[in-house]
Amino acid sequence: MSAVRAEGLGRKYRRRWALSDCTLDIPAGHVTGLVGPNGAGKTTLLNLAAGMLPPTTGVIEVCGGVPGSGADQLAKVGYVAQDAPVYSGLTVDEHIELGARLNPAWDAGLARDRVHRVGLHGKQPAGKLSGGERAQLALTLGLAKRPELLLLDEPVAALDPLARREFLQDLMSAVAEHELSVVLSSHLVADLERVCDHLVVLVDSRVRVIGEVETLLSEHHRLTGPRRELGSLPGDQEVVAASHTDRQTTVIVRTTAPILDPTWTVGQLGLEDLVLAYLSKPVPNRPALEVLR
Amino acid sequence: MIEFYLDGRSGLSPYQQLVQQVRHALRLGLLAEGDQLPKVKDVVAGLAINPNTVLKAYRELEHDGLVAARPGVGTFVTATLAGGSLAALGPLRQDLRRWLSKARRAGLDEESIEALFMSTFRSASQEDIA
Repeated sequence: MSAVRAEGLGRKYRRRWALSDCTLDIPAGHVTGLVGPNGAGKTTLLNLAAGMLPPTTGVIEVCGGVPGSGADQLAKVGYVAQDAPVYSGLTVDEHIELGARLNPAWDAGLARDRVHRVGLHGKQPAGKLSGGERAQLALTLGLAKRPELLLLDEPVAALDPLARREFLQDLMSAVAEHELSVVLSSHLVADLERVCDHLVVLVDSRVRVIGEVETLLSEHHRLTGPRRELGSLPGDQEVVAASHTDRQTTVIVRTTAPILDPTWTVGQLGLEDLVLAYLSKPVPNRPALEVLR
Repeated sequence: MIEFYLDGRSGLSPYQQLVQQVRHALRLGLLAEGDQLPKVKDVVAGLAINPNTVLKAYRELEHDGLVAARPGVGTFVTATLAGGSLAALGPLRQDLRRWLSKARRAGLDEESIEALFMSTFRSASQEDIA
């Protein structure tokens, strides 16, 4: 089952395409990290998935339904938009009350416990909360509606390191407890390496790479050795990034086969290096070498 | 009970680090048969880490026959890695010390010693696999 499935998805604002021809399939039951440079279309994709925007072209399916198609669909998806927007005129308690009235599957106990545990005061106006408290309030609302899928857009970007860690601890505890799927966008790859088991790298609306984090890490290698042409690499090694000096060549390849060439020094990649390799300019396709028999 | 930590510079993924820390504790005798591993939800809450990562690490340890999960109770150590090898550690350490002072006398600094040890270690373990 897919949490989010899109085909040829596009969204145009006036004359500008914020997302175009995006095709992807994010499996349910996982925490998926969505990374990409600014302007890649991450926020637009999340807005489309939450049903906040209708698509201009293509189709999107979330938890088996069309986003924003009705009350059932809205109940399935929780969305914490960028900067955790709240109603600044309402108190924390009033937010909880509002959540209870608007959501059929509202978990009042969970909301109460969470507000208490993260140290929010019920009578406090949301406009007076710190960035960390606001994020915690928004996460509480998102979790207490008991969605199948929780979408988070840059949830920790505005938080200090301690608040960030607490937020992610809480999010992971909720994932362990309620078995919900999560899709979160973030620039903080070090955090993603801890919390995500799936990764999507989105560049210019296109999925550059998608998959299970462990698998991706085990399939990517950094090869360094004396300078050589990339055309001499075996056909089963997909070149992700390459750089040369006058003597040395460094390539990042993706392959499931072992690296047999003894002239290479083979190194493993961390998630951050892997993401950066995909964000850099793609290496043009090269003709695959035939295996001689 | 042991407590897990994550080291961002280790070059290992979070799941590999958890597995390694349990194996290490078993080898050093910090964990013995019957001991309980930290509960998944406590590890998750403590480290802000994906629950699937912890489950995967525990499954691998279970597959290796080192721990067993008792549903609803927790995961417990069922085997030890120290065993007879604990007795062999002392003499081996002495040999290594002797080798180290020999290397120093030959003029190698710490970095060269480490590089020599690691490259020999790697090529030897590669020969073992091949």
